[in-house]
Amino acid sequence: MSGTFLGMPRRAVPGNRPGAPRDFPTAAEAAGRNTTLLENLRHATHTIRDKRARAVAELSDWPELRAAGAAIKDEVLLRLDDHLERLEEAVTAAGGTVHWAADADEANRIVTELVHATGETEAIKVKSMATQEIGLNEALAGAGITAYETDLAELIVQLGDDLPSHILVPAIHRNRAEIRDIFRERMGEWGRAAPGDLTDRPAELAEAARLHLREKFLRARVGISGANFMVAETGTMVVVESEGNGRMCLTLPETLISVVGIEKVVPTWRDLEVFLQLLPRSSTAERMNPYTTMWTGTTEGDGPREFHLVLLDNGRTDVLADTVGRQALRCIRCSACLNVCPVYERAGGHAYGSAYPGPIGAILTPQLRGVGSELDASLPYASSLCGACYEVCPVAIDIPRVLVHLRERVVEGGEVTVRGSRVRLRPARGHAAERAVMRAARWALDHPGVVRAGQRAAGRTRRLHPRRLPGPGAAWTASRDLPEVPAESFRRWWRRTREAGAGGGTASGDGQREDRS
Amino acid sequence: MAERMRVGLFITCVNDTLYPDTGRAVVTLLERLGVEVGFPEAQSCCGQPQFNTGYRSETEPLVRRYAEAFAGYDHIVTPSGSCAAMVRDHHPGFAVPGAADAARRTLELTEFLVDVLGVTDVGAYYPHTVTYHPTCHGLRALGLGDRPRRLLERVRGLELVELPGAEECCGFGGTFAVKNAAVSTSMGRDKARAVVSTGASAVCTVDNSCLMHIGGVLRRAGSPVRPVHLAEILASTGESAGATGHGTGTRGAIR
Repeated sequence: MSGTFLGMPRRAVPGNRPGAPRDFPTAAEAAGRNTTLLENLRHATHTIRDKRARAVAELSDWPELRAAGAAIKDEVLLRLDDHLERLEEAVTAAGGTVHWAADADEANRIVTELVHATGETEAIKVKSMATQEIGLNEALAGAGITAYETDLAELIVQLGDDLPSHILVPAIHRNRAEIRDIFRERMGEWGRAAPGDLTDRPAELAEAARLHLREKFLRARVGISGANFMVAETGTMVVVESEGNGRMCLTLPETLISVVGIEKVVPTWRDLEVFLQLLPRSSTAERMNPYTTMWTGTTEGDGPREFHLVLLDNGRTDVLADTVGRQALRCIRCSACLNVCPVYERAGGHAYGSAYPGPIGAILTPQLRGVGSELDASLPYASSLCGACYEVCPVAIDIPRVLVHLRERVVEGGEVTVRGSRVRLRPARGHAAERAVMRAARWALDHPGVVRAGQRAAGRTRRLHPRRLPGPGAAWTASRDLPEVPAESFRRWWRRTREAGAGGGTASGDGQREDRS
Repeated sequence: MAERMRVGLFITCVNDTLYPDTGRAVVTLLERLGVEVGFPEAQSCCGQPQFNTGYRSETEPLVRRYAEAFAGYDHIVTPSGSCAAMVRDHHPGFAVPGAADAARRTLELTEFLVDVLGVTDVGAYYPHTVTYHPTCHGLRALGLGDRPRRLLERVRGLELVELPGAEECCGFGGTFAVKNAAVSTSMGRDKARAVVSTGASAVCTVDNSCLMHIGGVLRRAGSPVRPVHLAEILASTGESAGATGHGTGTRGAIR
């Protein structure tokens, strides 16, 4: 049965795999009509949000840990080149091979060549954000290599020909019944089929996945992973997980290839200690994650005989050049910001159109990919700036501040770094009308006489104001009533009642008359 | 001491234009507490709509105007959590003379009452069941903590009822409300549902822009729950207690 599908296991399912959305508001609105999706998301995010709050509240020194986490990451980013060279030396000395990839294409090419060199056409994968970011599975498939996702949720996503919608829980948008259907219909195409009488009981679903994956673990000769941390002083890779499937991939194959973003380096083991407290409580609300796998190069007779580390830039050094935006590189991918975000909860992860959904995605994607597309330019606006994400972030990324900073980039343009060169961005198109309104509003607000005249005119015509607005205002009045304009502004009331003498007399008449009429 | 300090009222453009009752309530309340209130007419908007939408260059003239208008006041008091947060958190980032200094002197109303005047019982009477929504800027940006609650708890006749999911955003978010209208409305409806579930006759915040959103959703749904700014509750005494809140027909009326 294991030989049923060795090539590219892709059955066309039209309309199933979500395509790239046009822009965030359109995708979010569409998601809002899917009541099953919203119910799945609401239940899952609220459950984990509450658990995280309890797990964090157990530590009295959480604010200090958080500050330490932010400080360590900032220090790493300031001397990233030094730390990476130290890491490379240590990994090499321990028997590993380090590769440097400037972008996604280069990383995909390196991994493809490494797999080809083993003579294998299959690889098993540890859940990894970096490989999602670069589209590694698709690149490998194009080269005749099948990558099997082994994280339970990533497996559900892969079998469903779907995209992940959450950093930690990629299949958060699926409920048990949907997962049962995916397992029943698709598992057989990828390997061991699910039992025909599979129910949606979690234990049964887990057992079906266990049996399906077990044969992959035992057969595979190549493993592909990311890493949560890389310790520069010893060249040690760290993967934290909950299932143990990651450890299978990291220990059983003969060749292990890890694709890791360059910002994942920490200088020492002492630094790592801080993050091993911050990450599990923030992500899964656990005091300690069940599996922490650490490896240093290769060890004779123990684990993979070959280890390759692919250090991925893919826009990160450009982000580093932005003094406000660079704090996004502190991110340890815990997903606490997603779980607490009221916008994510109502839009779902696919609306963000990248591997990184939610608040962190809204600041990371427009920096890694730029704000050139309509979708990427809409991401910084995918927030009410409520600040809940900043509050829960274990490395204190001021997400609202970066969002506003990126909004400035969208509407005002300015200098950015693209592939190492300073480039002057022009303001994004499609904001001309808004810009005119903002400019006019600023001009009026900077001329209080104009404001007064406008307020008087609005007050006098208030009985005529429509209940439904045309144009952009319709976006408000379609679902919400408008406030009534008062007959008299505060300013006029103050003049009339407080500034007796100077101007008070002339200001009083109309307002009073109108109000008494 | 109250007589000698110079207190300037920053009314905010939203309150000035749409919610003058709130401004009048602040004046009534502060004067009742013996504070002499000044209103520099050169004041305008804090620049939050421009700034939060990305129009930094359009914000700068308004930051300058704020610093100049309020030069010379010991305290600048405003009945808006989000405007106070805009001034305090973002004005100092502009290269405008006096902006950082003005930001330091800026206080949201409940901060001024509790921290500067040292009062929590302001002598108010408001015989209604009220639920309190701690707005995002009040809660997370300014860190108002329990100040609004302590003030409300001392209002005679007022029954304060807990709002489920209180710390969740109402979905207003300035231009977010129209740029992402679907998500904003969904958040507003959930907030309105939570408000109605409390059985309160009024929902109160420290920010009229949030109330405009929550109130707009409530009214569209035909709910009788009144949105009312905290200042209007605190200003209420026996005579005026029944006549505050958005949509009660008192707006624009002259006291």
